Amino acid sequence: MQVDWTFAASIVPTLGQAALLTLAVTAAGFAISLVLGLALAMLRRSRRRIFALPAALTVEAVRGTPLLIQLYFIFFVLPEYGIVLPAMLTGIVVIGLHYAAYTSEAYRAGIDNVPPGQWQAAGALGMTRPQVFRYVVLPQAVPAILPALGNYLIAMFKDTPLLSAIAVVELMQRAKIIGSETFRYLEPITIVGLYFLAMSLVAAMLVRALERRLRIPPA
Amino acid sequence: MTEFLPILLDGARVTAAITAVAALLAVLLAFASGLARLSRLTLLRGISIVYVELFRGSSLLVQLFWLFFVLPHFGVTLTPFQTAVLGLGLNIGAYGSEVVRGAVLAVPAGQTAAADALGLTGYQVMRYVVMPQAFLCMLPLWGNLLIELLKGTALVSLITVSDLAFRAYQLNQATFRTAEIFTMALAIYGLLALAIAGGTRGLERRLSRHRLAREHL
Repeated sequence: MQVDWTFAASIVPTLGQAALLTLAVTAAGFAISLVLGLALAMLRRSRRRIFALPAALTVEAVRGTPLLIQLYFIFFVLPEYGIVLPAMLTGIVVIGLHYAAYTSEAYRAGIDNVPPGQWQAAGALGMTRPQVFRYVVLPQAVPAILPALGNYLIAMFKDTPLLSAIAVVELMQRAKIIGSETFRYLEPITIVGLYFLAMSLVAAMLVRALERRLRIPPA
Repeated sequence: MTEFLPILLDGARVTAAITAVAALLAVLLAFASGLARLSRLTLLRGISIVYVELFRGSSLLVQLFWLFFVLPHFGVTLTPFQTAVLGLGLNIGAYGSEVVRGAVLAVPAGQTAAADALGLTGYQVMRYVVMPQAFLCMLPLWGNLLIELLKGTALVSLITVSDLAFRAYQLNQATFRTAEIFTMALAIYGLLALAIAGGTRGLERRLSRHRLAREHL
């Protein structure tokens, strides 16, 4: 089979629009997982089991089951309770929730790595626990886990094609529609693959650069 | 609820079969590619880098669709099951390649030097000195990758393989008993993931018995 370059060029603008939508979904979903992940991490570290246990169970259940089934679950179950969201919004929320379980583990590792002396010293200065958290612990924990968060951002980006399964017309779905209309799948799907490849490789390079910058020079 | 269970379990068998065969392919590819990456031959290293970046850099679903829709145009016709196994094996194998490379590099250089000094050949050093240590060190990471693989198998339902996700979707379309069906499907996936985690932990304990024995001397 020959590559039809004119056809390939003709579908680039349509795919480009869908690619922007994919980026928007990733950005919105990641914003959810950054906030929710921190909340889950704090709950899981809580000394009260009533908070810690449900948080731990949620994280493990979400990480142990496929994103696709979670998408179906929320997409088909919510309407039964009268909550009808657009497919796109459902997709963003579910992918955000899914990755919150992953980011929460990164936050937890970052917080655990702040030396206990920091907590004690801040406490001795008369700071309340929320103050210690906000002004002492988080500013040290978050920069250390930025590369890990960056990797989850890339992973989430690569998972956005799953939203096509609940009828969100993102990049993959757009390529399939073009394919079924023209009976040419080679060009659209290959372009989508190359797009993901290019974006992830650039993003991975940025994460590596960030890692190098953050590396604490040996004393 | 019980009327759905046989159908879902039937799908779970397909899911388990795909996971098992794809895992085998992934392990083979990961060892071949991970060791090629450490080779002195530029060509082997190059092939390994291209393979790993290609399959880690793009999306699993896009890869499956590419194999499913585009390969037939090149005259390669695979069954959906074969496509699923090939796609998942290639994808997880690329992640596994880095696991193998990391674990081999983590074996202290003194081990290789000592084995060399004892007159072992390159193959023998790898087989009897480096691999037994590297293998133990990579087991927990393989456990995580196999769970990723299991979760990834749900995507094969989108290329018409009749796995657990596919059965759940179809049952839902036919009966609209959404909450029950998908809760059961999630639970089955969760149990399969627990089984994989338990299996790798068990293997790890078994393979590290000699370490414990030595520590107790």
